[in-house]
Amino acid sequence: MSALPTVEDLKAQIEASLPGAAVTVIPNGSPSAQHSLLLDHEHARAVALFLRDHPDLRLDFCSLVTGVDWLDTETTEKIKVKKMVAGPDGSEIEQEVEETRKMKVPGYLEAIYHLFSMEKKHGPVILRLRTANRTDQTHVPSLTPVWRSCEFQEREAFDLYGIVFDGHPDLRRILMWEGFQDFPMRKDYVPPADDSLAPLPFASLQRASTKEARP
Amino acid sequence: MADDLKELKIELSKNGIFTTTLEELYNWGRKNSVWPLTFGLACCAIEMIATTMARYDLARFGAEVFRPSPRQADLIIVSGTVTKKMAPQVVRLYNQMPEPKYVIAMGACAISGGPFRDGYNVLRGIDRYIPVDVHIPGCPPRPEALIHAFMTLQKKIDEQALRGESRPRHLHADAPSEFPVPEFGAHGLEPAQNDEVFLNETGNPLRVIQ
Repeated sequence: MSALPTVEDLKAQIEASLPGAAVTVIPNGSPSAQHSLLLDHEHARAVALFLRDHPDLRLDFCSLVTGVDWLDTETTEKIKVKKMVAGPDGSEIEQEVEETRKMKVPGYLEAIYHLFSMEKKHGPVILRLRTANRTDQTHVPSLTPVWRSCEFQEREAFDLYGIVFDGHPDLRRILMWEGFQDFPMRKDYVPPADDSLAPLPFASLQRASTKEARP
Repeated sequence: MADDLKELKIELSKNGIFTTTLEELYNWGRKNSVWPLTFGLACCAIEMIATTMARYDLARFGAEVFRPSPRQADLIIVSGTVTKKMAPQVVRLYNQMPEPKYVIAMGACAISGGPFRDGYNVLRGIDRYIPVDVHIPGCPPRPEALIHAFMTLQKKIDEQALRGESRPRHLHADAPSEFPVPEFGAHGLEPAQNDEVFLNETGNPLRVIQ
């Protein structure tokens, strides 16, 4: 059993053997410390093949593909700005004033892959792929050509989150029916209005189940 | 039956003469040979299977034969979560059963959606599409609860007058035996419910609004 290199080492190895590949380490601050690698779309499949076929890594098993929906967020920042302010005697004085600035961070959809090695008995290595936004550019490259086990799980992520996996051999809905238009696991999904809580006819059911119901 | 007739019947039986009415005989036969459909949806089905096995022995009530075809069944026990994808098939199975037919909605999911009620994929109670005779709460209900539901259904069959306004649905010439099968829509099932069944306020779920 060989030890798995750290994510930083993996990033260095990938970037050394695949020039141009942009790999970002996404740290995980929780006690599990499962840091992950964010890949760029262009080199994602090459990186996946590298991880699968490298003799020391041999990550031959993709155990899990899932999706995450990150909504558009608005962050407020307080910045100190120098401004001319009217002083107590009428003259203008330069003073530091705090200003709050609102920053809009666009949301995105994320596909996450957990990789293990059956041969080397190590793992997981976690890969992330992010879409450009949540609305019209929801494409990421499919890793099904690299790991066949991704096929159904990528379909599930497509079905429930609307992530379109380019290069997937059979990208159809898997849980919901054909013709269903929503992506129900997205955070802004609202169930149809006619599905809302209608009052149940409890009174009539009670009457019907007792003897008094009989005329 | 009127009370004086009942008294007369008791009086006659004391003197060794057995009398009955056609209605009583007919309902006695019906209630003691209710054949359920072999049909399970989720974990409630395990309890339903347990109910039919030796310890609880549903055969005592004349329901030992679970029929593998809806065309031979009198009762469908909706045992478990009905997903929106499964709902049309449940309604179709019910439609294929011959009259008189009865429905037991077993467990929290079948009567209301249960813990999955707010989910995107679960039907909020099968009584939205087919007329349910007995609802049993529970998650899942114990076999005793299913037996209780079964006895409630037997009582209900026994009490059904064969004539008059409250006669069973199969004796109404114009009452429907089939109910519309919902279709997969763009956002959910269409229609979301069959109002004739779901919002029936007449006091008898088997009676049809005319």
